[in-house]
Amino acid sequence: MSTGFLLEARDVHRAFGTTQALRGASVAVARGEILAVMGPSGSGKSTLLHCLAGIYRPDQGEVWFDGTRVDTLSETKRTELRRDAFGFVFQFGQLVPELTALDNIALPLLLAKVPRKQAYAQAAPWLERLGLDQHGTHRSGELSGGQAQRVALARALVHKPRLLFTDEPTGALDTLTGETVMNLLVTAAREEGTTVVLVTHDARVAAYADREIVVRDGRALTTPSSAVA
Amino acid sequence: MSVPLTLLGLLARGRPTHGYDLKRDYDDHFANGKPLPYGQVYSTLGRLARDGKVAGGEAEPGDGPDRKRYRITDLGRAEVMAWLGQTVEPEPHLQTVLFSKVVLALMLGEDAAGYLDAQRAAHLRRMRELTELKRTGPMVDALLADYGLFHLEADLRWIELTSARLTALAQAVS
Repeated sequence: MSTGFLLEARDVHRAFGTTQALRGASVAVARGEILAVMGPSGSGKSTLLHCLAGIYRPDQGEVWFDGTRVDTLSETKRTELRRDAFGFVFQFGQLVPELTALDNIALPLLLAKVPRKQAYAQAAPWLERLGLDQHGTHRSGELSGGQAQRVALARALVHKPRLLFTDEPTGALDTLTGETVMNLLVTAAREEGTTVVLVTHDARVAAYADREIVVRDGRALTTPSSAVA
Repeated sequence: MSVPLTLLGLLARGRPTHGYDLKRDYDDHFANGKPLPYGQVYSTLGRLARDGKVAGGEAEPGDGPDRKRYRITDLGRAEVMAWLGQTVEPEPHLQTVLFSKVVLALMLGEDAAGYLDAQRAAHLRRMRELTELKRTGPMVDALLADYGLFHLEADLRWIELTSARLTALAQAVS
């Protein structure tokens, strides 16, 4: 299947035991687009993200990334795809606590076998770019929530992924700090040309996206167009 | 909130209705502590009749001024349906208009969920504009944008909760 979209899910179903989390969700994301995936708790939006990112394999339906069918790839190939082409930012930064901020940012490059010196040379500019230049040697326990989330953002973008998946990236932050993180996320994604799938229940966060879909009862509803009185 | 459109919406339920009953239904569902004066009911019905949106029947025998039953015309029904199909310009303090449209849509068996989806999209479009203004504009604009964003967010939270309650709400107003 060839489409003009970078990422596409078609009629995706996914169950956990007897709980049907997705019931035929379809979504398409254009290159360079920032798409917000909204919906109430338990609607299936995080499951949809996990299927789109090749973390979960759908029970039924198809997931395509840039002409490659993701859901039929082997576990090894999906792991490679996630490591090389995707970046992830979750609600809690999930930094490696034993490592410094700079080590955490360099980690994806080191895992991709980039030589150590080159990896750190590539990682270091992200500290300044995200306002972390005073914190490169700090471990995660010495960082505030907003600082840790900025490190997580740098770590997600340092290897220049084509797609960034984020799940409630400001969920653990206060309003002002969350705003700072979203501004940095959007600015960096635009500068890098990275496509973003942003899962959130927060309308103020979704408003940073180009477009939103709403997941309800395991299905993705596209935004209706409507006249405004 | 538009009293004429709300009265038209109540008449769009189908049965010809006395002005008194319209006022009672309005007060039950939409008055929010401010009952509609009788004078406003009849003056509004008079204007709607003049404009061809309602038609009054023959006066019925009996005491008191309220002896006519009013029915909605095709023109009036078309106006109500067009109004229900339109989202409202997202701005602070819309709750009474949103509320009226949802309740009337449920009373008329129209697509209240679809209306809420469209309104959510309209709100988010406006929030995107304000967010961009905040990201790129001066601090004063950012503060004003924040004010709008927080109010629109409150509307959206109401929209989400109402979407989740539509089944129960439909039973309550039927």
